[in-house]
Order: sequence, then C-alpha cells, then structure tokens
Amino acid sequence: MKVSKEVVEQVAELSQLNIPENEINDVIESLNQVLALVEEMQSVDTTDVPVMANPLDATQTLRADKVTEPDQRGRFQEIAPDARDGLYVVPRVVE
Amino acid sequence: MTEQAESGWETVIGLEIHVQLNTRSKIFSGASTQFGAEPNSQACAIDLGMPGVLPVVNAAVFPKAVAFGLGVGAEIGMTSVFDRKNYFYPDLPKGYQITQMDYPIVRGGKVDVLLPSGITKTVRLTRAHLEEDAGKSLHEEFQGATGIDLNRAGTPLLEIVSEPEMSSAVEAVAYARTIHQLVTYLDVSDGDMSQGSFRCDANVSVRRIGTPDLGTRTETKNVNSFRFLERAIDFEVARQIQILEGGGRIIQETRLYDPDKDETRPMRSKETATDYRYFPEPDLLPVVINEKFVADVRATMPELPAARRQRFESQFKLSNDDATFLSSSLPLAKYFEQAGQTAEDFRLAANWVRVELLGMLNKQGLDIGESLISATQLGELLRRIKDGTISGKIGKSIFDALWAGDATSVDEYIESHGLRQVSDSDTLTPIIEKIINDNTQQAEQYRSGKTKLLGFFVGQVMKETGGKANPQQVNDLVKTALDQAPP
Repeated sequence: MKVSKEVVEQVAELSQLNIPENEINDVIESLNQVLALVEEMQSVDTTDVPVMANPLDATQTLRADKVTEPDQRGRFQEIAPDARDGLYVVPRVVE
Repeated sequence: MTEQAESGWETVIGLEIHVQLNTRSKIFSGASTQFGAEPNSQACAIDLGMPGVLPVVNAAVFPKAVAFGLGVGAEIGMTSVFDRKNYFYPDLPKGYQITQMDYPIVRGGKVDVLLPSGITKTVRLTRAHLEEDAGKSLHEEFQGATGIDLNRAGTPLLEIVSEPEMSSAVEAVAYARTIHQLVTYLDVSDGDMSQGSFRCDANVSVRRIGTPDLGTRTETKNVNSFRFLERAIDFEVARQIQILEGGGRIIQETRLYDPDKDETRPMRSKETATDYRYFPEPDLLPVVINEKFVADVRATMPELPAARRQRFESQFKLSNDDATFLSSSLPLAKYFEQAGQTAEDFRLAANWVRVELLGMLNKQGLDIGESLISATQLGELLRRIKDGTISGKIGKSIFDALWAGDATSVDEYIESHGLRQVSDSDTLTPIIEKIINDNTQQAEQYRSGKTKLLGFFVGQVMKETGGKANPQQVNDLVKTALDQAPP
C-alpha cells in the first residue's frame, strides 16, 4: 500500500498539522517506508492468534472511588493563554 | 402503524443514550464529579490533558456497568479494552476521548418496553460501553471567543446503544423511559435529566414501506427530556418525508433540537470528522473481571421494575395501572410495600399512596424520599382504618396531623384525641333517638316515602359524634329506628 498526496493532506487536516508544500514529498516517502515495513509484517500467518490489545502481560489495576484532587484552578489558569471568570477562553468555535 | 400505512412511509429509530454514572470521582482521575461547582474548580491535571499525566481507572464504574449488563441480559465483557477516539474540539483538551470500541463491557442484551398501547415490544441493544464525558463550551459568554468549563470532562458515562428497532417517537420515548427506570433502579445513575445525567441521541431515518434498505439517517444529539425527544423525532420524521416526497435527498448529518423553535437544525457536518482513527489506549491495560465479580454484582441487584410490576399484580392483586405506577421507581415501590405490609392490606395502601400521599407530595413539590410521613406510619394508620378502629374520614385528619408533625404515633394520637370510631350501639342508639325526636317532621316525611331523607339523619348523627361513628352502622341503626312505628 502506498499513500497519495491526497491521503497525506487529509490526515494532516484531521490531525491539525500544517505540512508545508515543499515538505509533503518527504512526508509521503517516509510514510511509505513505514507502510512497507507493515506490509512485510503482514506476510506472517496470524490465523488462530488472538488479537492483542496490549503488549504487556498484565491487567489494569484500579483505584478506589475517592476524591483526591484538590482545586488547583488558580495554578492551571495562571499558565493558560487566556482565562476569564474561571473559564478557559479559546478562539470562537461555532457549531 | 395505521398512521404509517396511510403516509406510505416507515420510520426507523435507534437511540444512543449517555448515562452519567453516579460515582464520587471521575473515571480516570480523582477529581470530584459534584454538579454545579465553580467553573473548572473540579478539572485536575488529568482532565485538562496536561503533558505527562496518566489516567487511572475508577473501580466503581465496573460494578455499575455490569449491573446494567445483567439487568438487560447481556453478555458481560470479562476483558474490556479502552480505546482512543480522536477529534479536535476545545472541550476535549487531550485531542481524544477515552472510550471502548472493539471490546466493550456490555455486549448485546434486550429490554421489554411496555408501550402506552399496552403492548410490550422487545428492543435489542447493540452494546453499552464506558467512556469519559467532555467539557462544556459556552459560546455566549464572551465577544468573539468561547469559554470552556472542564468540570464535566472525565465524568464517567455508560453509552447505551440500541439496535435501530423503534418505529415511532412514542416507542423511542417508551424505550428511553424503560432504560431510565432501569439505571435509576440499579443505582447506576441518578438519572437527573436537568443536570445532563441522561442524554439521548436519536438516529432517525425513513423509508417507503416495503423497501429493504434503510434510508439515510440523521443524528439528533443531546436531547435531555422525554418530551423533547418525542418532539425532536416527530419533527425529524416529518422533515425527512417532506424532503423525499419533494424529490430531494437526506444528508447524513448531526442535528440539534431547539425546544424554543420546536425544530432540529444541522450542527456540524461529519464529512471530515467521521474518521475518528480509533486505536487501543496505550496508557491503559485491559480490564479483566471474573465470574465471582459478576456473581457479587448480581447478588446486590434489587428486583427489577418489570418483575416487580408483575409481582404487585399477582401477589397483591393490584390493577395493572396501580402496579405499573407503584413499581415505576425504587423508592416509591419500597415505600408502598412497607406501608402495605404494616397495614396488612396492599390494595388499601396502593390507594392511599397514590391518592393521599402523592397528592400531598405533588402539592408541596416534594419527592417520595422527602415525605414527612414514613411508610410505617402510613401503614399503621391504614391498619387502624382496616380494623375499624377509626373511619376513613378520621384517617384523613390523622394523615394531615402526621404530615404537620402534630402526631408521631398513630395509636397514641387516636387515644389522646378520642378518635376511636364509635360502633357501640348502646352509645349510638340514644343519640339517634334524640335526633329523630328533634326532627319529627322529617321523620314523618321519611315514613311517607321520602327515603332520601335517610342521608339527612345519618349526617346529623355523624355531626353529633364528631365523625367518629361507624358510618355503615349508623346507617343501619337509623334505618331500623325510622322504620319502627312512631312512639
């Protein structure tokens, strides 16, 4: 499988990445190298091998349902680009 | 059905219901989930998606999700896996939502939905999975900017997905109500719709009757009342039929219901956003539960609404209407059963709970949990009506006294206020004789055939005894006395 310029542009848009026009060919080339590796791996016969959700042979430990986080809004909003009336303020998003 | 046959169109509806789990802390962080706090005061570093933080799963979400799964007869995912659903929106600072895609905690299942027509319809579920909620965007607060409150970000949700098996707004609402009843019964959620604890997304499409393929659907998001759900679906069905009959095409899109205008309108096009690029959440391991865990959850589950309704009908001989109503919520069902048990008369209890107690609660805007009369107190009161100690009328006055806090023990109150019903004919006979002697004219009229005057005499006796006389007995005694020849 090889990616086209259109695919790269679409994924870039979804990921909100800005890829300059003069770099796009390099990106296509490196992505295609990765995909070639994936393609090679796909030649391995995986029939009867269960799908692995995680490479670690362990299961999740859980925490008790307790409130442990104090209110640190002041500290977080100090480093926010813009915060007013307790709200984080971002450029207008309209639905 | 007939309506559909007339129009020639068939409606297909599937619902996705987001149920907020009633935990104390969030699903992946130790921040509080309390509603109504100052903006962002409950959004910690994990909820904000700060670099370097890791999610830690709240154990309390699993018993709740499993209880729901058992309640709908689903397969429980003994191994469930979290995934990332990627999209960019400011109320989701991480850039992805942690959810469950391929291995959800609840798989399949079904619910029996009692429709207003009395027919029961089975609706199958596709799945129910755990995920985190996003924050809230406030577009009106600032000029040219959007304010973000992330208190809700990370609140645990169970998203319940139905198969597209409902064919009218009425069915969809009945299904949503059934799910709502179940999650509140099971203490999975407080179900408070005004606080966003129970939100419905309706997938709606229409097709010509007899067409095998489904029509193009739209998704109306975040409807937070049953009334709005019904109206939103009705609007959407009418809109789609109108477009198709005019030769147009339905665009697959997300829409929003506006209750003020009673219409749905497009929210955002999913054309570029459909690619959520799901992949397993690398920061979390699979969660494994065992048979014992499931058995323990099952052991703590209360009797479910449908089973309880049937038992109320068969065991207590309640009408279908009373049984449906009294099993509608767990606190109400428990109150009724306790009152009925103490009274040793469930039908009497059903009547008093529905008429007197709920009348009072509605008048005062209170919930069953806030009743000023306990179930045992009401039961004791009803027991005294049943055994003839007091009349129903006196019972109502004691009910008021209990409510006002003027009485605590029913029996003590009856004694201290001398409210015991008089059924003793030695006491009643002289009173009746006196009244007849005082009203000779009416007695004459009665004897000459104006038998309606019996009520007048009974009324006088009741008045004389302060309502304490046993009305049936007074009736009999007055009749006998009047029928005797005049002295």
